[in-house]
Amino acid sequence: MLGWIDTLLQGILLGGLYSLYATGLSVIFGIMRLVNLAHGDLIVLGAFLILAATAAGAPLILAFAVVVPLMFFIGYALQSALLNRALGRNILPPLLITFGLSIIVQNGLLETFSADTRRLDIGPLQSASLPLGSGLAVGLMPLICLGAAIGVIVLLNSVFYRTPLGRAFRATSDDVEIAQLMGINNRSIYALTMGIALAVCAIAGFFLGARANFDPSIGPARLLYAFEAVIIGGLGSLWGTLAGGIVVGLAQTIGAHIDPEWQILSGHVAFLIVLVIRPRGLFPRAVD
Amino acid sequence: MAVLETRELTAFYGDFQALFDITFTLDEGETVAVIGANGAGKSTFLKAIAGLLPRPAAAVRLDGRDIGTLPAYEIVKLGVALVPEGRRLFSSLSVEENLLVGAYGRRRGGAWSLATVYQLFPMLRERRHSPSMALSGGQQQMVAIGRALMSNPRILLCDELSLGLAPIVIRDIYAALADIKARGTSVVLVEQDLAHAMAVADRAYCFMEGRVSLTGRPQELTRDAIHAAYFGL
Repeated sequence: MLGWIDTLLQGILLGGLYSLYATGLSVIFGIMRLVNLAHGDLIVLGAFLILAATAAGAPLILAFAVVVPLMFFIGYALQSALLNRALGRNILPPLLITFGLSIIVQNGLLETFSADTRRLDIGPLQSASLPLGSGLAVGLMPLICLGAAIGVIVLLNSVFYRTPLGRAFRATSDDVEIAQLMGINNRSIYALTMGIALAVCAIAGFFLGARANFDPSIGPARLLYAFEAVIIGGLGSLWGTLAGGIVVGLAQTIGAHIDPEWQILSGHVAFLIVLVIRPRGLFPRAVD
Repeated sequence: MAVLETRELTAFYGDFQALFDITFTLDEGETVAVIGANGAGKSTFLKAIAGLLPRPAAAVRLDGRDIGTLPAYEIVKLGVALVPEGRRLFSSLSVEENLLVGAYGRRRGGAWSLATVYQLFPMLRERRHSPSMALSGGQQQMVAIGRALMSNPRILLCDELSLGLAPIVIRDIYAALADIKARGTSVVLVEQDLAHAMAVADRAYCFMEGRVSLTGRPQELTRDAIHAAYFGL
């Protein structure tokens, strides 16, 4: 019994990490209708940038505080210099660019950092845990990760729903042509969107590196979990994305509890089941 | 002097040419109707002025200045606002948010604010927190007009205000348009409803197959001349 409760707790906490993977993807798709195939690799890039900063002697917190805005600027530049040029009625060119970007990032990381598996050294936090009584305990770091996932969503939602800029984001998402008639420069909105998404990638990369080993090749699998979380949650809702992440996390830990070999598979199976039962996800946006 | 002028304005959808050398003027405070059958290029004409379609650089002038190279989001800041065909409200935004987005690119002072728009359309004040798609067609048209007004335009481009609306609602919309005109706003009115268009317009242009087929003051245009210009009969 206790084992099961522990499994569920772990699943929810793992879901926090997956929803961090997925939030940036959800924002990009929600506002630009762009599928970013390099998303997983950009998360891994965030982890490596933090690793490089700590290797250069920066304390972990400082490395984190530098890499998050750095990734924002990389995203902004990527969108304005590259992806905005491929905008149009055809969705294929931007998709192909992100596919190419995925390969470039993976190989660039491989070239720079080698194929060795790495881990961010988070000191005593690594093994710190919070006892819950009756023998149960949750790791402090996974708990912080879930808190960060919720914090990111609260922050993004308050920007999107409470500020004039946020209204411009949602208007652009609804009808990009009419948004321009309101004085909204859709290209700069898109650049900001990519910047925000990559800043969230950096946060996700930090928790990825703090929780598990990583190497340049693991991006595509993160992308897959992120996709599943976004689709399960329903397009257009960040809270849905959190729920989607938790569904994938729970399915994986429950699968692993039954048989360790089933971990990854059961995440995908849960995704397929949700697709069959609710093709538009758990919390689809009311109008679309 | 003309505030808005087009000279040999052309527009294309891919290889298809939708407008041929349209020459057009709008004077300060004037209301000009653009009439014509479906597919005559009326909406295309408004979109080309507003910057939503590529057009020759020197084909559109505002106060004698070429604005043909400016993107749509810059043109609205110069005081040209479009009420699009089919209203096109932002579906995930409430009524009030739609109006507020209209003020996003506002660079000009002027009379219009949430308060004055609600004064013009009191019905919207009661529904201001409703999702925009929950409104009736007429109310949505009011939001679309109010949204355009929020940028404090000097020139209001209106595309098919009466489309799909009940006659009584159309009357209200045109009453509001008279108020807007009274404040000195110049209006370009694309309209299928000939009677309404001719009643408010100072001048009219009739389009046929992407060309101007007739122009003049409503009282000078005979029914037969308009019919001929409409259908090329």
